[in-house]
Amino acid sequence: MSEKFRLDKGGLINRNKKLSFKFNGKKYFGYEGDTLASALIANGVHLVGRSFKYHRPRGFFGAGVDEPYAIVQMNRNNEVDPNVRATEQELFEGLEAKSVNCWPNVDFDIGAINNFLGKFFPAGFYYKTFMWPKSFWYKVYEPIIRKAAGFGEASIKHDKEKYEHKYEYCDLLITGSGPSGLASAYAAAQNGAKVILAEDKSRFGGSLLTSEVTIGNQSGKDWAEKIISELKLMPNVIVKNRSQVFGYYDHNMLVMSERVSDHLPKTEKYIPKQRLWYIRAKEVIISSGSIERPLVFGNNDTPGVMLSSAAKEYLKIYGVLVGKKPLVFTNNDSGYETAIEFKKNGIDPIVLDTRKSPNSEIIKEAKDLNINIKFSYVVVAAKGYKKVKSADIAKISDDKKNVSNIENIGCDCICVSGFWTPTIHLASQSGNKTKFKDEIDAFIPSQSKQKETTLGSANGIFTLEETLKTSFEKGSELSKQITNKENKIAVPSVVEKKSSNHDKFWCVPLPEGKNYKRFLDFQNDVAVSDIQLALREGYRSIEHVKRYTTLGMATDQGRTSNLNGLQLVSDIENKVVPQVGHTTFRPPYSPVSIGAIVGREIGKHSKPTRKSPMHYWHEKNNAVFVDAGVWLRPRYYKQGNENLFEASKREAKNVRQNVGVCDVTTLGKIDIKGPDSAEFLNRVYTNAWLKLPVGKARYGVMLREDGIVMDDGTTTRISENHYHMTTTTAQAANVLSHLEYYLQLVWPELNVNVVSSTEQWAGAAIAGPKSRDVLQKLFPDLDLSNEGLPFMGYMEGNLFGVNAKIYRISFSGELAYEVNVESDNGNYMWEKIMEIGKDFNIQPYGTEALSTLRIEMGHVAGSELDGRTIPYDNSLDGLVSKKKDFIGKRSLSKAAYVASDRQKIVGVIPLDKKTSIPEGSYIVKDAKAKLPNPKLGHISASCWSVEYDNPFSLAIIKDGRNMIGQKLFAMSPLKNKTIPVEIVSSHYVDPKGERVRS
Amino acid sequence: MLHIKCPHCGLRSQNEFSYGGDATVKRPELNKEISDQDWDSFVYLRKSPRGKHLELWQHISGCRRWIKVERDTLTHEIFKTLKANEEV
Repeated sequence: MSEKFRLDKGGLINRNKKLSFKFNGKKYFGYEGDTLASALIANGVHLVGRSFKYHRPRGFFGAGVDEPYAIVQMNRNNEVDPNVRATEQELFEGLEAKSVNCWPNVDFDIGAINNFLGKFFPAGFYYKTFMWPKSFWYKVYEPIIRKAAGFGEASIKHDKEKYEHKYEYCDLLITGSGPSGLASAYAAAQNGAKVILAEDKSRFGGSLLTSEVTIGNQSGKDWAEKIISELKLMPNVIVKNRSQVFGYYDHNMLVMSERVSDHLPKTEKYIPKQRLWYIRAKEVIISSGSIERPLVFGNNDTPGVMLSSAAKEYLKIYGVLVGKKPLVFTNNDSGYETAIEFKKNGIDPIVLDTRKSPNSEIIKEAKDLNINIKFSYVVVAAKGYKKVKSADIAKISDDKKNVSNIENIGCDCICVSGFWTPTIHLASQSGNKTKFKDEIDAFIPSQSKQKETTLGSANGIFTLEETLKTSFEKGSELSKQITNKENKIAVPSVVEKKSSNHDKFWCVPLPEGKNYKRFLDFQNDVAVSDIQLALREGYRSIEHVKRYTTLGMATDQGRTSNLNGLQLVSDIENKVVPQVGHTTFRPPYSPVSIGAIVGREIGKHSKPTRKSPMHYWHEKNNAVFVDAGVWLRPRYYKQGNENLFEASKREAKNVRQNVGVCDVTTLGKIDIKGPDSAEFLNRVYTNAWLKLPVGKARYGVMLREDGIVMDDGTTTRISENHYHMTTTTAQAANVLSHLEYYLQLVWPELNVNVVSSTEQWAGAAIAGPKSRDVLQKLFPDLDLSNEGLPFMGYMEGNLFGVNAKIYRISFSGELAYEVNVESDNGNYMWEKIMEIGKDFNIQPYGTEALSTLRIEMGHVAGSELDGRTIPYDNSLDGLVSKKKDFIGKRSLSKAAYVASDRQKIVGVIPLDKKTSIPEGSYIVKDAKAKLPNPKLGHISASCWSVEYDNPFSLAIIKDGRNMIGQKLFAMSPLKNKTIPVEIVSSHYVDPKGERVRS
Repeated sequence: MLHIKCPHCGLRSQNEFSYGGDATVKRPELNKEISDQDWDSFVYLRKSPRGKHLELWQHISGCRRWIKVERDTLTHEIFKTLKANEEV
């Protein structure tokens, strides 16, 4: 297909570089510098999608971020990119895109039947219709609605593209590179301020690219080019195109998404697809410009109806005609600029001006060019289904309430201009209390809350002269306050055409007997009638109207629809717009891909991965790893074809029979020093600490103030004023913060210092009846007899040349020791243990065997200390001192905590001694009781007891101490299992604890 | 993201800090008789003021010190930051 609508010359595209692309499977050509939208229009393609609700044909309405319709699904770099605005997507060789929200295709869309059933789809339709029967919602209604509504399809595959984050600090962040952005950036840069100038489009210059103005002795466009090239050379300035500042957050932090590679066919190596910038700016200048407002008339969503500024942009930037028989429908002078541009390119437009007899320079110029202008004229309705074919136009009465002399004239596009709406989103997000400016019928920023200033047309200033003057001034003033430098710049002279006042008229009345759909919100299919209905139904607050009708929602956030919607509500309510107020603007201003928000923090990079110094030994020895907090720990060491169950059973059995070694580096370790350390520990732990001698360890439990167990572990007195505390792997960071809290805020008089030493020590637990033999060979000079190093004793030694700390503590319930060496020596220690342990049949064991060992011993761990249990519940009440006070003690006397049938830990064995009980199962008295079956408690941990070769579980159940010997049921609705069980003591193996003391 | 001035380290981004609740709560003294009601209100009851609020933050990714921050819960304005031992 040839480019029938491309002019022979003109535009800023590179005509030397022809590009081919595919849209809906069909091949077309465009040029470098085109957007997908401009290239499609050049090829005469106007039908690009279907509307959200009624599936009406939709074309192009804008030429940039204001576009509500032309949303396409891209296929780039073998990745799917849904909801891309065709007006923002730059063309590249081989680009492939397709329409969204239509089935089977955009030309013939079955959903369009909604259009003819339109009267059954009023505002709030979904809320009203699909309420009954309730069970139908997620089975029947929702899937159908989901298929019919919505935009692009997200990929369900992993996105292989790269995204990254960047943090930046600057003196001035300037959002938008139109005249106000350029002037303020230039002035600030001259004063030596660190400036970031962000432009959403690929080309800098904003309105200067398309307006006929002179600055100094240059055209506006050339002046913009000169300023930008100067700024780019300055070391204190960052100039970024394709970068949308989409959110203004607290304390002057703004977030910007930079489309680094979206305009290229492929993302290059080491380059991201998109980059998210977190910018902390001392001052922000909002120079985001303004967006043309639509006029509202019948079928104003027909493809071919578009903003007049967009038509001008397609002409001047891309050399593309949006039509060859254009109708310009305007209530102000801007429409004339577009008409004159058509005329200059040999096309005869007709101008319909709603005003009676306006007079200005530009209107005179249009008249002099013999452009056909009809004053007091309006478009009543566009005609044509998939493209405008003609328009019903009419004379409008002076009071703008009636239309007469309706006639039909041929046209292929209708360019509308309903004056300009300042883009105040960022200012509003920052907390600025906006105000309504009558002269322009729109809101502008007023009182700033944060360090933010809005300039140019975003501030409702529509003359270039004033814009440049105020922008140079503000840029200079704000930067001077920061840098204390001032380099005065002369404001250049400006030649521009003076405009006459616009007409406040915005909505064409319906002619008698006609029921045209007049759209306010093009993206969400919200028509005038929907708002009227919402108000009739009693919705008053604009925030409620928005949510009920969806006006101003979705990806375009009401950029083109907001003000007309407010006008309508005010008209019906007989209020003025400022009384109605606008809805809250929230970030993001335009859609941001999830990938950019996530950045590099995906998969294994979403949190740090910590590995012990022995990690590579485990890897070489077939360890299968498991995530334990941020650590990777060996779960089991696979031998041959073993599975998890077989391997962990073998490992646990070997600990009970011979000796095993487990990597316990991951345990939290806190170094505690200072003369008041003993007193501090005495307040932190529930048991007594003042009399612990040097060289001894003690097990301790710490509570939160509400009496719930926070953590447990052993703490060893290394010397008079030096303690070594261990915490569970998962709670290490919380415990440190907890200790710091009490030391810094509650008891600052205590002379104690705490510091994390988790990463400084590598630890190995050597456990089993033969562990002493192994240890003796590791430390031949030490007296490791039961008297020399008794249970809970501590010693220092020399392990083949490296310093080691030996703690006789046990989690497995066997005779056991933990040896710590400096991390760098961890692997050396481990290899020595394995080498020496060989004679004693030593085997490494993982977390699964570790769990088995502790469960059958009845030692509690994270699954019992789950943030819901007190010491009594875990049979730890023996460790609660009655004599002294400590954190959380007062809570333990609460009525619920001392109830006679308080929950308590017990052991559970299946009656058949075969069936493993799923963790999380409920314990109930009667398996056949009516639902909801009263729950006595739950299974917290399960294992296969290697001591007795049958399943064993721990449970925390109501009145646990009186339940021993009872026959109950464990029920797992998840696994659909009901298992008859017997309640036993939680200390299943070695209840007297003789082994650890042997 | 808030910008919090740590009295020890200077102005830093919120993601270096963790929130620690109401700074005006005083822990009852150890070994002192206290009624159930007073204890419960210390453990559980917190005001949720709209406006000025003196709260605790810990500079966990910095100096690890607990600090006091006087912040407007509505606007996020930070009026002042204090060391743990300083009073407003």
